[in-house]
Amino acid sequence: MNASETASLARTALYDEHVALGARMVPFGGFAMPVQYGGILAEHDAVRTRAGLFDLSHMAQYELRGAGVPDWADALTVNEVGTMKPLQARYNIFTNDAGGSHDDVLFYRLPDRWLLVVNAANAAKMWPYLQAAAAGRSDLSLQSHHGSRALIAVQGPRAVELVAPLCDVDVAAMKYYFCAEGRVGGAPAVIARTGYTGEDGFELFVEGIDAAPLWRLLLERGGPLGAAPAGLGARDVLRLEAGMPLYGHELEEDISPLAGGQAWAVKFRKPEFVGKAALVAQRDADTFDRIAGVVLAGRVPARGGYGVFLDGERVGEVRSATLAPSVDNRNVATVLVRKRAAALGTPLGIEVRGALQEATVVALPFYRRPNSRKDG
Amino acid sequence: MANPENLLYSKDHEWAKIEGDTATVGITDYAQNSLGDIVYVELPRVGQTIAPHASIGVVESVKAVSELFSPVGGEVVEINPLLEKDPGESGRVRRGLDVPGESKRRPCPRLTERRRLRETRHHGLRP
Repeated sequence: MNASETASLARTALYDEHVALGARMVPFGGFAMPVQYGGILAEHDAVRTRAGLFDLSHMAQYELRGAGVPDWADALTVNEVGTMKPLQARYNIFTNDAGGSHDDVLFYRLPDRWLLVVNAANAAKMWPYLQAAAAGRSDLSLQSHHGSRALIAVQGPRAVELVAPLCDVDVAAMKYYFCAEGRVGGAPAVIARTGYTGEDGFELFVEGIDAAPLWRLLLERGGPLGAAPAGLGARDVLRLEAGMPLYGHELEEDISPLAGGQAWAVKFRKPEFVGKAALVAQRDADTFDRIAGVVLAGRVPARGGYGVFLDGERVGEVRSATLAPSVDNRNVATVLVRKRAAALGTPLGIEVRGALQEATVVALPFYRRPNSRKDG
Repeated sequence: MANPENLLYSKDHEWAKIEGDTATVGITDYAQNSLGDIVYVELPRVGQTIAPHASIGVVESVKAVSELFSPVGGEVVEINPLLEKDPGESGRVRRGLDVPGESKRRPCPRLTERRRLRETRHHGLRP
C-alpha cells in the first residue's frame, strides 16, 4: 500500500504496532488493516494450535442505553435480544423489508447498557440506519465509539492460558458467548468469550489509548505460549473453515438469513420484525437460492464469482473460497446455488479458467474444534 | 533476499536466466513475497510454443490469483514438476536459484529460445 492509498484511510490505535511487526497493510472497511504478518498459513496454524492476536478495532462499536433497547432491537433483527441474559452475547442479523440481510452483528448485554458490534464495511450505512430507527424514542440512546475504542481478539486453544492471568475477573470460568466488565492488563475492558475463528478465545474491548500497551503485553506473555499476531487473511480462512458467514459474501442485502445458512438465528416466534413477512414467505415456499459448502476434488482453488454448474447448467456462483489447512488441506468454498444444487452430496462443477473442477456439497461447518459447544 | 545478478528481470517481476539457446524463467522473490503463501501453480505443457510476454500459467496464493507471464518466447522443454506437486515448496525452491546443477529445483518452465532475445534484454536489469 503506497502513501496515497493510506492517506485517506483511518488508522486503528494499533497501526504503528502492525507496521513495526512488518505487517502488510491493506484497506478494509475504511481502515488500513494488517492482512498478514509472517504468512497466512502460519498465522492460521498459530490460531488452531496455540493462539493468535487480532486487531479488530476497525469494527464499529456502538453503545445502546435505555429500557427501550430490547423491544427496539427485537423489531429490527431476526434473533431475540430481549431474552438475552445479563452478560450474554448473541449473534444477530438486521434485515431489510424484503428479508435480506442489512448487517450481521453481535449484541452484548452489559449491566447498564448494550454493546453492539457491526461490520466495519457496513458502519457507514448502519450508523445512520440505527439513528433513524431510534429517532423520536425517549426510552433509548445510541452512542458510537467507532474508531476510538479498540478491539483485540485472542483466539486459540491457549487463549485462556494467555488471557486469564491478565484479568481481574475469572474469565476461565466464563461461558462461551458470555462477557464481563473488568480489567485486562490493568485497562478497563469488556472481556467477551466470543470470536470469529471457530476456536475458543476472547474479544477484549478497550479504549484506544490502552490498546497498544495491551497488545504488547499479550505478545510478550503470548510468545512463550506460541501466540502470534494474525491478520485479516488468516481470519478469513479461519472463519470460512468454521462455516461463519462474512457479510458481502454469504450474507448481503439480497441474501436473506435463510439463504445465507443462518436460519437458526431467525426466531419466527417473535411477533414482528423488519422483513418477517418476506422471510415467512421464503421459508414456506422454500424455493430460494441458498448457501452451501463444497469441497473441491482437486488442487485448483476456487475464487469468489466463479460459476457453479450442475448437469451442464449454471446453478449459481462461488461466494467465498480458500485452501483449508484444517480440512485436510482441501480446497473448500461456499456457493450460492439453486435449491436442487444444494443437497448434501450433490456433485457440482466449478468453472475455473474455462474448465470445470469437481466439487461435492458437504455440510457446514467444514471444521469444528474438538469439544466445541453450541453457541448463540 | 537478494535477486541474483546473473538474471535478466522484466518490469513485471519475472526473471530469465539465459544459457545458450535455452532460458530458465521464474518470478522474483519480490513477487513471491507479495503473493504470500502459494497454494497452486499452473504451468504450460512441455512442447507448448510461447510468444514473448504471453501468459504461461497462474500462481495462486491463499488470497489471490496472479497470471504468470514468460519474459521470453520459445518452446517449453521442461517444467519444474515440484511446483505442481507441492506449490508451497516454491518459496524454498527459489533459494536454490544459484545452484544451476540442481535442475529439479528450477522454479519455472525452461524455454528453448528459438527467437531473438531482444524482448528480454529490452527491460534491462533491475537493481
